[in-house]
Amino acid sequence: MGTVEIRPAPHIRGERTVEKIMLNVVYALLPICLFYVFQYGISALASITVVTGTCLLTERWFVKTGTQSGNLADFSATITGLLLALTLPPGFPLWMGAVAGFVAIALGKGLFGGLGFNVFNPALVGRAFVQAAFPTSIATYTPSFLSGRFFEFIPSSLAWPLMTPASAALWLKEKQIDALAGATPLAKWKFDGVLAEAGDLLTSLAGHMAVGPSPLLILACGAYLAFRRYLDWRIPTAILGGAGVVAWLLFAFNPAYYPNPFFMLFSGGLILGAVFMATDMATSPVTPRGMWLYGGLIGLLTVVIRYYSGLPEGVMYAILIGNAATPLIERITQPAPFGKGVLGRAKKGASYPLHPGYISREEAGAVTPKKRILKNKPKPDERKTPHH
Amino acid sequence: MKLLNYFRGEAFQRGVHPASRKEATASRRIRRLPFPPRVIVPLSQHIGKLPHAIVKVGEEVVRGQPIARADDWLSVPHHAPVTGVVEAIELKPSARGPWTQSIVIRAHAGATQEDLWGQPRDLDSLSGSELLQAVWDAGMVGLGGAAFPTHAKLSVPKQAHVHTLVVNGCECEPYLTCDHRVMVEDADDLVRGIRYAMRITGAVRAIVGIEDNKPDAVAAVEAAIVRAHTPEGVIHAEAVPTKYPQGSEKMLLMALFGVEIPSGQLPVSMGMVVNNVGTLAALGKLLPRGQGLTERVVTVTGPGVARPGDYRVPLGTPLRFVLDYAGVEATPGIDRRQVILGGPMMGQAIASLNVPITKGVSGVLVFRHDDMVANDERKTYPCIKCGECVESCPMGLNPSTLGMLAAKREYDLMGGEYHLGDCFECGCCTYVCPSNIPLVQQFRVAKQILRERAAS
Repeated sequence: MGTVEIRPAPHIRGERTVEKIMLNVVYALLPICLFYVFQYGISALASITVVTGTCLLTERWFVKTGTQSGNLADFSATITGLLLALTLPPGFPLWMGAVAGFVAIALGKGLFGGLGFNVFNPALVGRAFVQAAFPTSIATYTPSFLSGRFFEFIPSSLAWPLMTPASAALWLKEKQIDALAGATPLAKWKFDGVLAEAGDLLTSLAGHMAVGPSPLLILACGAYLAFRRYLDWRIPTAILGGAGVVAWLLFAFNPAYYPNPFFMLFSGGLILGAVFMATDMATSPVTPRGMWLYGGLIGLLTVVIRYYSGLPEGVMYAILIGNAATPLIERITQPAPFGKGVLGRAKKGASYPLHPGYISREEAGAVTPKKRILKNKPKPDERKTPHH
Repeated sequence: MKLLNYFRGEAFQRGVHPASRKEATASRRIRRLPFPPRVIVPLSQHIGKLPHAIVKVGEEVVRGQPIARADDWLSVPHHAPVTGVVEAIELKPSARGPWTQSIVIRAHAGATQEDLWGQPRDLDSLSGSELLQAVWDAGMVGLGGAAFPTHAKLSVPKQAHVHTLVVNGCECEPYLTCDHRVMVEDADDLVRGIRYAMRITGAVRAIVGIEDNKPDAVAAVEAAIVRAHTPEGVIHAEAVPTKYPQGSEKMLLMALFGVEIPSGQLPVSMGMVVNNVGTLAALGKLLPRGQGLTERVVTVTGPGVARPGDYRVPLGTPLRFVLDYAGVEATPGIDRRQVILGGPMMGQAIASLNVPITKGVSGVLVFRHDDMVANDERKTYPCIKCGECVESCPMGLNPSTLGMLAAKREYDLMGGEYHLGDCFECGCCTYVCPSNIPLVQQFRVAKQILRERAAS
């Protein structure tokens, strides 16, 4: 006789692991990063590499302190790095990108205790830090699809630490491109009243626009994750729905002043934020109703910040506020336990819906099955006359 | 998939879909296990009070003879599973851990093991209460695993009114096929048992809920209903979408009727009584013969079993005997193994192979060390709040928050605001957790602590 081992039930486990979830998010981000490199060339590639590299190095350093849950192999720092790089302007000085990466992991995650303990989305903490520290550089965008982008850095990328980056406007003039092309569609609308076409925004492919990767591509990658259930579809739906409805109401109220809702949805970082940032599991609610509330709040705040603040973009702050509100949202949206919610509520489509007539003692024939799931049931007439 | 289900409307909300792993045994006929040289009949095989032994050491008993009498309403008698001599009445190890008072019977080697006790009866002449007494005398308990005395479950409180008998043929646990085979092979007994139960409860209709991964069972029960010449519409077999934990009676009622039984209440509060197919099939077989429950069908399977199958096992058979017969030693890598009574989701790993098969054991699973090692080696992360457990909890609880509260030992908060008392330990939360957090294990501890606090 051998050894008998004892483990507590359940004795079988599902397929899903933290590593698998994170790795799939990385897979979904790769096409977006490739598109970003396609738009901005070597500068984008360098930015992604430096920011992600800094994130991984910082994570490794924190893991070595022994105070962290998780490690490099869970891929969460990779996701933070890739997302952070995608939110920065392509010509963002690389040393500033490194600062952003360090702050994202150190301040956004490491100090809280690592994976699962962070209160705010780490990538957005890094982004918020550099937004405050380097306001000029982070507002300086360059047009996409410039000739020679695969061999020539945007001059500001290679700035020495603590030095003023080279002016992008001069460099654009050399390239004989209108300096206005360097402004993002949101900034153009906010400061010049120029509205971009929603269709152009959706693909990011029309001319030298200063935009991020195509929202269409981001939605497709998000749909992959949602279909595999690696992100919760409710959050992006609620954010885009919330932002869309608020923007549409305002647009209907005063079409001359407010842009159309499609511009709202597809410009700036709303799609990226809704699909990849707000859905960060650790910082969003776990309760289904909470997800709707959280998403709706972020959608509303995004539109409010974009329309009524001095900033052209508001997704980052909206998500950070949503993160802060998450514990409260969870608290008020706890699911109703089975048999304790609204009693007497009946699910639709039950085989034998209970209705008062059904509960009569006399009428056995009141049972009439509504649906047949299997085809091999005997027909009623066969049942009456089984055999003679 | 979840998205699709959201719109399609499911049997009941949430739950999980573990791989069924029933292929090894689902299409094999039930075989009879030989009689062991010695059976151990614990007095405690059910929920409720202990019966007391009415045989003495050295007494000859015949198979089917009552050997323990129930004094309390929530208790059942026991019957001798073999013809032989009472060798001892002493403490013996039980599957739950503590040693319990048990009757040990040495089987006569030469006995034919015919069921000699009991008189055939004409049950059609009995009234409902006489039938109920017959159920009690047969020592019936729920054979689905809970082992609640069947007569107590079938007796309707005075103020209640039962209209529907629901027969639970879901068998949602992976690996287990004993109910499946009973429905296929003993469908006529099942229909007979259903009719007795309907007479006892006064139900005017019965619905057999069977998961749709067992179409042959649905067909067999349908055919038996036709053969029994019941009036149209009185007994139905209904396929329900396969999902774990549908075998929980509240989940099955949700799937069939679309109603939630209020928390803390029994289905009888809404006019329904739920019984397991195995229980009713045994009733249909035993009552007309006036016999007691002396054997049950047990699924013996798992990666460590050489001859998996459903076996008709005399109650009290030591597990070691069952495993020897099913060929556990023959499989390679078996020297370190885990033996589970019940299914893999809720079943209990046992420490000793000397424990007997009791009335509530529906399956014996054997896993080799190599089958379990992948689970052991999985890294445990902190909760990443993915919400999978919330999506899977059939009771609509929030295991994520409950788990965090358990780590902080906030047991009162768990029991109060977060409804821990509704948890029936199905294990869905632990099954889905990507961080490998032992959620349901923590909840069991918390529930025990809360029970002890309430008692003191």
